[in-house]
Amino acid sequence: MSIDIETARKVAKLARIRVEEERLPALAGEFGAILGFIEQLQEVDVEGVEPMTSVTPMRLKRRQDGVTDGGYPDKILSNAPDAREGFFTVPKVVE
Amino acid sequence: MSDDLADLTIAEARDALRKGETTPTALTEACLGRAEAAGALNAFVHLTPEIAMEQAHAAEARLAAGEAPAMCGIPVGVKDLFCTQGVPSQAASRILDGFRPEYESTVTAQLWRAGAVMLGKLNMDEFAMGSSNETSAYGPAISPWRRQGDATPLTPGGSSGGSAAAVAARLCPAATGTDTGGSIRQPAAFTGITGLKPTYGRCSRWGIVAFASSLDQAGPMARTVRDCAIMLGAMAGHDPRDSTSADIPVPDFEAALRGDIRGKRIGIPREYRMEGMPDEIERLWQNGADMLRDAGAEIVDISLPHTKYALPCYYVIAPAEASSNLARYDGVRYGHRARLEQGDGIVDMYEKTRAEGFGDEVQRRVIVGTYVLSAGFYDAYYNRARKVRTLIKRDFDAAFEAGVDAILTPATPSAAFGLGEVGEDDPVAMFLNDVFTVTVNLAGLPGISVPAGLDARGLPLGLQLIGRPWGEEALLDCADVLERAAGFVARPERWW
Repeated sequence: MSIDIETARKVAKLARIRVEEERLPALAGEFGAILGFIEQLQEVDVEGVEPMTSVTPMRLKRRQDGVTDGGYPDKILSNAPDAREGFFTVPKVVE
Repeated sequence: MSDDLADLTIAEARDALRKGETTPTALTEACLGRAEAAGALNAFVHLTPEIAMEQAHAAEARLAAGEAPAMCGIPVGVKDLFCTQGVPSQAASRILDGFRPEYESTVTAQLWRAGAVMLGKLNMDEFAMGSSNETSAYGPAISPWRRQGDATPLTPGGSSGGSAAAVAARLCPAATGTDTGGSIRQPAAFTGITGLKPTYGRCSRWGIVAFASSLDQAGPMARTVRDCAIMLGAMAGHDPRDSTSADIPVPDFEAALRGDIRGKRIGIPREYRMEGMPDEIERLWQNGADMLRDAGAEIVDISLPHTKYALPCYYVIAPAEASSNLARYDGVRYGHRARLEQGDGIVDMYEKTRAEGFGDEVQRRVIVGTYVLSAGFYDAYYNRARKVRTLIKRDFDAAFEAGVDAILTPATPSAAFGLGEVGEDDPVAMFLNDVFTVTVNLAGLPGISVPAGLDARGLPLGLQLIGRPWGEEALLDCADVLERAAGFVARPERWW
């Protein structure tokens, strides 16, 4: 299956990965090779088959909807590339 | 102090410790000494000698008090995918450069509670995506094995390649691994060690950097089946912080090694006999079946008709889940952030950070995952793959319902290959390494790789046994019988 450069550019954008213009043809090629590989799935008769949601037939446990953790902003921020005055800092989002 | 102590298995070390024949400190020093001298293998990427010695002293006190669990005083290595408090944990990715978690993964916390000693963090493929350790930001781990008369550096496999190299080179008796499509079993097979992927939900995933959450499972990598049984006991169990971890008791896995498989039915799936499979692999598989038959098992042919679709199914589901899990690496909360130009906005920050932080393989998978989940393709790819996954699981269900106790297959389609020999210009070629292992993740089953022979060039080959869901006890028992029958004793000659 071949993927055009426009599609590669669009999907990279959706994935929030900057791909330089000259890298796009190679990416489209690799991307197409992988899609070609997974294309085999179209041969399988899946009529009436439920899509798997959980590999073990197990009900997820429920618990009280309560706060069980927290209260340590310093720890939360300790690995941030840029944190100031108790907040994560990012480039301006709203003009 | 002799560094031969580092040659002991977990079971041997435990017995020696309890008899007072050695001490956790002596064992730990022996392992640290070997690890420090093995830089050429690039297996350990962060050593933690201070933590190790502190834990060794604590283990000594517990042993003296006579209340030491089996793992007490046993040095282990930890795959870099596990978050370890205050210790670099970066999933072998540049995007987590400098990340030191404020918390400890449940599996490692349980190991430390059981008295195990952390030697350091082990190399792996970036975000566990790869089968050769070549996608690591640290550079590849190198196998301690070499082809006879040939110094070509070989892969220890992946993604848990550092774990496999360290255990095979006897830098430590055991290491943690994780397995999403074969990442414990394939490296174990490539390096002549034993690796167990437990049933999905047996071990908590909390604090393990997520790749594909419906497939990821932690497990032990060690030199014997018995050691895997002992270590699994310390790793397993319900965790309220992972709602998919099963709330069922953790049995005494070691006690399950009774050595009697008479009357057990072992299935040989005909679809695993691949076209172009090397004769050596075919022969190894046949020998394994003969050994189990000699031990009193009944060998039966079975069919798992959807096997062929397991790899394509995996390469939809795993990237889809990865694209979602890896969305969190945006340069805001932890790890790397790209240097920004004047006027760059937040989207520029995301895109540049992720372009710089993710390696090629991770970028490819995130992009494929984004595509198969995008509007218009979700049904054609993602939903279809989930349906095929149901069919793959049904194949196994039917075999087990028909009375099969375990399934025997080769672990890998070949012995270890040289670094750079596979997948340079074809990203799909590398996927084929997982052809025998990936079905087990899709069906959530336990699987174990046991070293069973050498190829013509002196490299290890492994056999895989697949068990029923939650059937680790019977699986380990069967693997133990196979291990003893195979009598694998080869070890790599030291060159590093």
